[in-house]
Amino acid sequence: MTVADFLFTNAPALLVVIPLFAAFICPVAGKISSTIRNLWVMGMMLVTAAVAFILAFRVFVTGPVLYVFGAAAANLAVPLDSGGIPIRIIFTVDAMSAFMDIICAIVGVSVLLYSLSSESRNSGLEGYYTLFFLMIAGVFGMVSTGDLFNFFVFLEILSLASAGMIAYRIDGGLAVEAALKYFILSTLGAIFVLFAIGVYYGQYNALNIAMIAQRMQFTMLDKIALVLLVAALAMKCGAVPLHFWTPDAYSMAPSSVTAFLVVASQASLYGLFRVVFTMYNITMNCVTVGWIIIIFGVLSMVVGVTMAIPQKDIKRLMAYHAVSQTGYMLLGVGVGLAVLGNTTLTSAFGFMAMEGGIFHIFNHAMYKGLLFLTAGAIFYRIGTRDLNRMGGLGHTMKYTMIFFIIGALAIAGIPPFNGFASKLMIYESVYLFNPLLAIIAMVVSILTLASFVKVFHSVFMGPKLPEYADVKEAPLPMLIGMGILAAIVILFGLFPQPVVDILVAPAAHALADQGGYIASVLGGA
Amino acid sequence: MLWNLPFITVVVLTLIGLVTVLLKKNIIKILLGINILNSAANLFLITLGYREGGVAPIFTLAPSELMVLPTPQALVLTSIVIGVATSALVLSFAIVLQKKYGTVDIDKIRRLHG
Repeated sequence: MTVADFLFTNAPALLVVIPLFAAFICPVAGKISSTIRNLWVMGMMLVTAAVAFILAFRVFVTGPVLYVFGAAAANLAVPLDSGGIPIRIIFTVDAMSAFMDIICAIVGVSVLLYSLSSESRNSGLEGYYTLFFLMIAGVFGMVSTGDLFNFFVFLEILSLASAGMIAYRIDGGLAVEAALKYFILSTLGAIFVLFAIGVYYGQYNALNIAMIAQRMQFTMLDKIALVLLVAALAMKCGAVPLHFWTPDAYSMAPSSVTAFLVVASQASLYGLFRVVFTMYNITMNCVTVGWIIIIFGVLSMVVGVTMAIPQKDIKRLMAYHAVSQTGYMLLGVGVGLAVLGNTTLTSAFGFMAMEGGIFHIFNHAMYKGLLFLTAGAIFYRIGTRDLNRMGGLGHTMKYTMIFFIIGALAIAGIPPFNGFASKLMIYESVYLFNPLLAIIAMVVSILTLASFVKVFHSVFMGPKLPEYADVKEAPLPMLIGMGILAAIVILFGLFPQPVVDILVAPAAHALADQGGYIASVLGGA
Repeated sequence: MLWNLPFITVVVLTLIGLVTVLLKKNIIKILLGINILNSAANLFLITLGYREGGVAPIFTLAPSELMVLPTPQALVLTSIVIGVATSALVLSFAIVLQKKYGTVDIDKIRRLHG
């Protein structure tokens, strides 16, 4: 077997194995020299991203990829002597998982490149990169796994690593306070998930998502489990009314990490969608659950943006906008869920709403990551996050300013940036579902624009301030990291249609098609 | 009734854990509440896998009779390990906060707001 064959067959496992390996070798590499450590982390990140792209390519070309740990063949989900039960841990990578893998790989590479320079002045970088790779392993594991308990384990790996990262720069205790808040909530959420897993196991004798989906009866116990999972995962993705950890955690984490925390939240969002679409689908009352998700979404949009407007701390402001943008994804996919049982409405606008919501996940990861990275670049040069103490930076930090403009216009949904492409899909489809929701979504976009115009003005415009006279442009690796994200923001904004056709539509269909998911694991169906 | 005793214990432990997490102000006590909740979840899983009169699920040694389910035991083992990591992290946060703020009372740890 050649190396290419090996990579091709084992890609799903390697996605988790490589970051874990990289994480724990990192302190050893750091003992030798910091250059070797930097080369090691960058090399490993590029390898991980390459594997993610190979896997995604395979999924989009040939359909869902299985990886069964410990089986004779990688796709032998049901052992011959087990009586039709998938007893092993299985990674099930369908188009939706591959979509999330791509997001994680792109943001991971840009954030790591950025960190090489933004964190270079600090000590304790071995631990920093170790935690960073653990986060990457957690996200890849969460989005790839086809086993519910495995999902819980990766959720916990991600929470532990994220909490460690948020608290990393102790910052007089403030960062630890934010991390504590995040971590206590995450742990409670994880215990809820564990209880839900117990409920499924007790009823269906299975931990495999496809198996549970096939046997789903939607009894009273399943309703309780659904509530536990939705509450836990909605909290983890930062939806209102469980959003209060978001601004603290996002603002206190190192900027590079914040950009990745956005992806970490989206992995929970993926988990939420996986539960409602793949495990329950039309066995539950889709209209009610769809409306609950829509209400979460609308509340997140409105509360997020109104809380963002008066903020004085640039990263806190952006964090509230992240809450607000999560609302768009919940709205789009929630509308898709609400009409799932109705074939005519689904083909009329349900799929489009889901595609819009899922496309927005991608776009949000790109432009929000970009915005957090520009905020980090500003903080790196002037050492404050307080908007009132900034000004006139446009004279010296030209590239950062351009990247900020790109990100800000994209988040406000202005053409030709990618935020517009996905928001337009959400507006059009949601308008057919319920005009009021579409109008709220547009108003929130306008408020977002207003808020970012204010930030832009107070950070970059105005005369050069004397205290920032010798401020220089951000270092090159940081600019490259931001540049990758900015290029994708523009590219996806100019050519949204191929992206929707190639990446987003298969992901939305994979999510809605419960039978296909079950068949890909259990065969037949 | 006696058969259900473990499940009743799970409910009682869950309630004790939730009340502790929600009402206590000391970080250490909150952590203890989380640990109690975690134990409740573990007990729940173990109880699901228990079969009355079953023996330990070791294939080579067991006589061919009723065995308890092995999967929940594997799950609980993993869950206990995760619980230890959680406790260690929260305790280290408590140590840092005690050093920086001079208190572990969450009502006094409120410098982030807005």
